[in-house]
Amino acid sequence: MNIHEYQAKEILNSFGIPIPRGRVALTADQVERAAKEMGGRCVVKAQIYAGGRGKAGGVRLVHHPEQAQEYAKELFGKTLVTPQTGPEGLKVRRILVEEAVEIAREFYLSITLDRSTSRYVLIASAEGGMEIEEVASKTPEKIHTLTIDPFLGLRSYQARQIALQLGLSGSVCEDCVNLIQNLYRVCLEKDCALVEINPLVVTRAGWLMAMDAKITFDDNAIFRHREYPDMMDYSQLDPLEINAGKYDLAYIKLSGSIGCLVNGAGLAMATLDVLKEFGGEPANFLDVGGGATREKVAEAFKIILQDADVKGIFVNIFGGIMRCDVIAHGIIEAASEVNCTLPIVVRMDGSQVEEGKRLLTESGLNVQCSDNLGDAASKIVGMLG
Amino acid sequence: MSILINNSSRIVVQGITGRSGLFHTQQCREYGSNIVAGVTPGKGGIHIEGIPVFNTVAEAVKYTNANVSMIFVPPPGAADAILESAAAGLELAVCITEGIPVRDMVPVKAVLKQSKMRLVGPNCPGVITPGECKIGIMPGHIHRPGKIGVVSRSGTLTYEAVKQLTDMGLGQSTCVGIGGDPIIGMNFIDVLKLFNEDPGTEGVFMIGEIGGSAEEDAAHWIQEHMKKPVAAFIAGVTAPPGKRMGHAGAIITGGKGKAEDKIRTLTECGVTVASSPTKMGEAMQTAIGAKGNGKKK
Repeated sequence: MNIHEYQAKEILNSFGIPIPRGRVALTADQVERAAKEMGGRCVVKAQIYAGGRGKAGGVRLVHHPEQAQEYAKELFGKTLVTPQTGPEGLKVRRILVEEAVEIAREFYLSITLDRSTSRYVLIASAEGGMEIEEVASKTPEKIHTLTIDPFLGLRSYQARQIALQLGLSGSVCEDCVNLIQNLYRVCLEKDCALVEINPLVVTRAGWLMAMDAKITFDDNAIFRHREYPDMMDYSQLDPLEINAGKYDLAYIKLSGSIGCLVNGAGLAMATLDVLKEFGGEPANFLDVGGGATREKVAEAFKIILQDADVKGIFVNIFGGIMRCDVIAHGIIEAASEVNCTLPIVVRMDGSQVEEGKRLLTESGLNVQCSDNLGDAASKIVGMLG
Repeated sequence: MSILINNSSRIVVQGITGRSGLFHTQQCREYGSNIVAGVTPGKGGIHIEGIPVFNTVAEAVKYTNANVSMIFVPPPGAADAILESAAAGLELAVCITEGIPVRDMVPVKAVLKQSKMRLVGPNCPGVITPGECKIGIMPGHIHRPGKIGVVSRSGTLTYEAVKQLTDMGLGQSTCVGIGGDPIIGMNFIDVLKLFNEDPGTEGVFMIGEIGGSAEEDAAHWIQEHMKKPVAAFIAGVTAPPGKRMGHAGAIITGGKGKAEDKIRTLTECGVTVASSPTKMGEAMQTAIGAKGNGKKK
């Protein structure tokens, strides 16, 4: 789960990490007022769930409140397309207004999970403000990493080594030691999949400050953080993906015309692959879960049909323990409820498969059944011509 | 022969009184698995479906000699359940639970490095030695006893692969679902090592997906050490970058974890990679057929 820059900064600040003075605004007038508060000269930053905003025209230094307001008018409702948003971009609904800070040096700092060691890893670089992947591939010697022992934690001497590698000295170095340890506390206490400060700056006045921040929460840990769902900005998500989330379905909108309903993530990915192989374009990834229920299948079916681009539906269920007749009932129920006339190809396997197929064939829906994955894929692609 | 589990495995189910815990306990028992005990804190002393329930794994081990655990404990208590089974001296824990936070699994993984217990999962379908013992949620009827080992990060895609193998007359020695989470117990290499040493396994089918680099690591290990033919399939060739495809681990980020890179590395390391999810059985057949001519060592 993602949150906005301003929310990430609030969290960092609550753990003692300094951030610029700032205010979030929902209207151009609020932006103007905030700019006045900051003394006129300030930075206006579009808040979207993606990085690369600067180059896409979503961040600007302004010199007086009117200019801030003018720019905000332009920005609100605008769709920003950055390398991280995909071609459809993201709409700006919130703007962060911050005091302008005189920057002396910039760094990169983050903590995330290192899957190869199954431990959290601190990543630091003196190349602040840049895409860390780019730095890692072009100049790997500029990346400093520290694998964190879960039982010892992140010790001062380790944080100091990193701060020294970044070229810091004196009191700023010690401030950085504290900041790094606080960052690890954020990571643990807030269950972060990623916590990133980029850039971390030393101001001309000699203070450390998080100029930009990104936090991604571990979706699996939301159950112990009741405040997280309220922090979500639903305007940044696809409405169909939000709806799917309510029913605990993993749904990702894609650009094709064949709606896919599959149980299990691996099989769902393989289903997209096989459709492409047969010349079809999937409209979505949808995993109803390994043990799909009748209700989930019905909801999933309705969500797929809300996508206007869908011209046909491909159901691939490897039932196993789930009975195919139950799945068939779910499909029929949902299809009749929304009067679906689109062609449907169902590939089912598992127990009660013959009964499931009989129910579907006699349902009056525009449906074909198949026992075989390749055969089913070629059928749906063929039906859509 | 088989790996990890067989008809002498004595199983304790952690979380046996939950809905899915009980359902799958019954399914496993019907398949022939020897379920000797259940554990649900606070419910010790009762019997469920004739199975004695204990408050702790240690008690279950003391009274029933259980040596393998099947875990259905919900996410908030699942990491603790794994640690408890390790502390009780079990040989193997199979954790089915989906949705355990990473922060909980980091210390678990570190503890397991010092423990003799093996962990399969979490977020996995489990382990099955066809005809002998099923510990997990996979449909038993698609499996046949035989000589192909199966190891997979996926759930239902494994069923698809197993069905294709069975349909082609290729039975399985043991099938291991290692799970789709960023932190798991046994990885591909741990399972491949066991298959390599198992006289009952003559070839291995491996199912991977986008995200991480476990498949690449396995490929290099196979090239160095594997004495038996290996075929593989990688799901997610068409997955868009930056989108998490269901599993917490299945995401292409920063240009890493792409299916094409995994396929290339596997192929370079001598693994027969299925070009399509419809051709997993065929790929295994090809790999076995090529044994002797193409296969080194």
